[in-house]
Amino acid sequence: MTVPAPPTRQPFAPTTPVTGGIGESPRRPDGSLKVKGEFAYSSDLWAEGMLWGATVRSPHPRARIRSVDTTKALLVPGVLAVLTADDVPGRKTYGLEIPDQPVLAWEDVRYQGEPVALVAADHPETARRAADLVAVDYEVLDPLVDPEAALAEGAPPLHPKGNVLRHIRIRHGDQAHPADVVVTGEYEVGMQDQAFLGPESGLAVPDGEGGVDLYVSTQWLHVDRDQLAASLGLSPDQIRITLAGVGGAFGAREDLSMQIHACLLALRTGRPVKILYSREESFFGHVHRHPARLRYEHGATRDGRLAYVKARIVLDGGAYASSSTAVCSNAACFAVGPYDVPSATIDCTVVYTDNPPCGAMRGFGAVQTCFAYETQMDRLAAELGMDAVELRVRNAMTTGSHLPTGQRVDGAAPVAELLQRVQAMSLPTDRPAGSLDLRTLPGGVSNTTHGEGVRRGVGYAAGFKNVGYSEGFDDYSTALVRLSVVAGEPQVEVHTAAAEVGQGLVTVQAQIARTELGVERVVVLPADTQVGSAGSSSASRQTWMTGGAVKAACEAVRDRVLDMAAARLGRPAADLALEGGVVVAADGAGPAGTAGIDLTDTSADVLIPLADLLVEELVEETREYHHRQTRALAPETGQGEAHVAFAFATHRAVVDVDTELGLVKVVEIATAQDVGKAINPQAVEGQLEGGIAQGLGLAVMEEIQVVDGKVRNPSFTDYLIPTVLDMPPVRLDVLELGHPDSPYGLRGIGEPPTISSTPAIVAAIRAATGRPLTRVPVRPEHIVGVPGPEATEGPPATAGRAGPPEEAAAGQERRDPDAEGG
Amino acid sequence: MRVSFTVNSEPRVADDVWEGESLLFVLRERLGLPGSKNACEQGECGSCSVYLDGVLVCACLVLAGQAEGSEVVTVEGLASGDDLHPVQEAFVEAGAVQCGFCTPGLVVTTHDLLRRNPSPTDPEIREALAGNLCRCTGYEKVLDAVRLAATRGVWTDAGDDPGHGLPSRSGAPRTRGRDDTRSRAEETGP
Repeated sequence: MTVPAPPTRQPFAPTTPVTGGIGESPRRPDGSLKVKGEFAYSSDLWAEGMLWGATVRSPHPRARIRSVDTTKALLVPGVLAVLTADDVPGRKTYGLEIPDQPVLAWEDVRYQGEPVALVAADHPETARRAADLVAVDYEVLDPLVDPEAALAEGAPPLHPKGNVLRHIRIRHGDQAHPADVVVTGEYEVGMQDQAFLGPESGLAVPDGEGGVDLYVSTQWLHVDRDQLAASLGLSPDQIRITLAGVGGAFGAREDLSMQIHACLLALRTGRPVKILYSREESFFGHVHRHPARLRYEHGATRDGRLAYVKARIVLDGGAYASSSTAVCSNAACFAVGPYDVPSATIDCTVVYTDNPPCGAMRGFGAVQTCFAYETQMDRLAAELGMDAVELRVRNAMTTGSHLPTGQRVDGAAPVAELLQRVQAMSLPTDRPAGSLDLRTLPGGVSNTTHGEGVRRGVGYAAGFKNVGYSEGFDDYSTALVRLSVVAGEPQVEVHTAAAEVGQGLVTVQAQIARTELGVERVVVLPADTQVGSAGSSSASRQTWMTGGAVKAACEAVRDRVLDMAAARLGRPAADLALEGGVVVAADGAGPAGTAGIDLTDTSADVLIPLADLLVEELVEETREYHHRQTRALAPETGQGEAHVAFAFATHRAVVDVDTELGLVKVVEIATAQDVGKAINPQAVEGQLEGGIAQGLGLAVMEEIQVVDGKVRNPSFTDYLIPTVLDMPPVRLDVLELGHPDSPYGLRGIGEPPTISSTPAIVAAIRAATGRPLTRVPVRPEHIVGVPGPEATEGPPATAGRAGPPEEAAAGQERRDPDAEGG
Repeated sequence: MRVSFTVNSEPRVADDVWEGESLLFVLRERLGLPGSKNACEQGECGSCSVYLDGVLVCACLVLAGQAEGSEVVTVEGLASGDDLHPVQEAFVEAGAVQCGFCTPGLVVTTHDLLRRNPSPTDPEIREALAGNLCRCTGYEKVLDAVRLAATRGVWTDAGDDPGHGLPSRSGAPRTRGRDDTRSRAEETGP
């Protein structure tokens, strides 16, 4: 039997010579390995004597565990360990913000799929079968699955502190808010899954001295390590985590999945243990995007100025806290969109239920509210008889605007320009009339009409969110940069704990080092916990934060090298610079000519090659980069400078809708986004296009369907993500307006593409059909206007909501402006 | 059981194979070829695409025993030493690789497309790649990569792709884990 090599610490060494500093698009250093199938993802790891772990999960969303009997499972040949909550040596719970989630459930089960026991065996199928033999005696209870019911007086508390995870109350401006025109609406956002392709997996290797090495795909190594230490009862330095290849993240790897479990099994058996989730298990193995119910009221003057916005938002946090409290904050802070609103009344609540736990997903609270406020803006425009883009432009936030939290927006806030730019782009040509090419029809070759009912629609939306961590969190990253001479050539090594999750951070780190140190050969070492924390690859922050740390460390290295050169050359360091692997005279510092320097280069500016200057010396510096301090939101008013920066984008969607079949073909998406500075233009495009695909998914395809707390579609057969047939061409307009506080003026880019793409697509479908469409994802029955097959068993109705949701929410009513609403 | 077959032109033998193991599992866990990926293991994502006797298949839907005596080509068999195959080169150049988990499957599928159709139109590319899910790129750069590979000239004669023992099979029927050249959206959603 031949086996793959065990995990090694092979750096991402470029296989071909690369050039390219910031602003260029050099090849990914991991690109060649990935196209050859040689890049080691966490699911590819193997070690001699390795065991496979399997997880026993509760089939019930709510139950009490009477007993767990592992006897039969332990008798299966090939099984080496079966563990329960009693075997967790340290803290029996974990969590990003509130450690409320059991490593293994012991008394209460709070969601379907909650881990109860673990098995390690010498074959994955043996482990799975033994897991089936773990006998858990459950007292099955009625799950509490409706977030409104969980909020109601007398609802049974799912956690000791009750069911409200967080409530944010924002009161901004004059609450009397007179208005000429009032528009109200109720909206619903379904539960979206990150659906990364690389399933949760990792390999834990005991070190023989009580500690453990873990190779895993994750977004934040140090927070994983600290949670592991607490639950394993070890000190953090007994746990070394190395980032294995990550097959996508999108927020789903912020929380722990198999990390503690694999380490528990490895420490118990003394052997390496690999855990690899199947796709079905993956749907239960990570948190999802919060489903939301949003009630909005917008008031405006007759000439189209927003007078006030009231919003009541309820997010379903599911069984455990995860990052819910921060998602709630984002939903509240960005609840009115990128608009100037003189008066805002916002109440946002995230609540525990017995549904699957929800947490981070790309857009992080800003996605849900954007669907609601942008739909409101369209309704308001219709009510005013005004162009939808014109209404938005008239109210667009600018530099110096204030959020409802009172925070002043500094840096570019080009909302109006971004809207005007997507509007100005030429529209795609109409579908050829009478075309018999079925591929051009909604539904493609499955379309059973001849397109008689196909209507085209165009929709617009704008959105924004914060970059980086907020509310007073000391957000930082750490980078170590080392310059040395290897085989006669200068080489830079960059070491951080920042998670490359596909976004291209390894490329960007190398680009920054090349620009700062003028050295072409840069090796980005594997991310691990042997260097300080980089924070999470989340919140569109990693290029800014880790990029900032790499830049700072490079600057420190450069200062030392130039000091060395200055001493050697007898010239002030200020007159020197690094370029192309040599020390040169800085601009205007005059020509070379210092005695004793061997000028092998014909360039007159070369003072000394780095290879000659350093010889065997190694210059190494470590720096932390912290972003500007932010502040907590005041409890009663929600006021405070909670965020460090914002990122803006707009989208225009063109759709063809078969109004008879309820099928949608998205024809084109156009987008404009200010990226501050495109450090790597090709990667920027990839982020914008990929983010739009996920927004399209939420608009018309993607929903985890949960009925009575049970997930009905945990597979790629039933949970549909866009294919290449679903994704239209994308037109990009990338602005580089610069940000005053960031390295190189860059702005986070990863999340805005997922925020306003969804409402733009739904607006286009509305334009094509005239349907109100107050819920995403839009389903065929919403378009054709007949109840779908799930009408009797769909998501439970909101308490107190009257009538069919589509029709009730469709009303655009005028209200007494002074009446209590929201 | 023992399973013997040819992988990337080399005869290989796997012992102690449980009858329920897939070709994908044997390639990844017993033969040291983890390039074919395991994103869904139910034939939906195409990330485990390999050639089985010259036919593109999802290795997760082929039982290891079914591969007995057959000739399998995986993503690891496409490059010649350190030189990337033109399809692989195009994927890197075009920026079609982000997390890269779908990439091996897309590379093999594109290789198969261009063998059959050296100059595909965009609708033909989309149809051919419809069984391969990508969650990172939004497919724009993947389309760029396929277009770029098609211009690289090695595809002027279908089957003229040296070194891999793959028969030319223009017009041959395609077999996939799922008969899916349709949009997924049209199955249950708009």
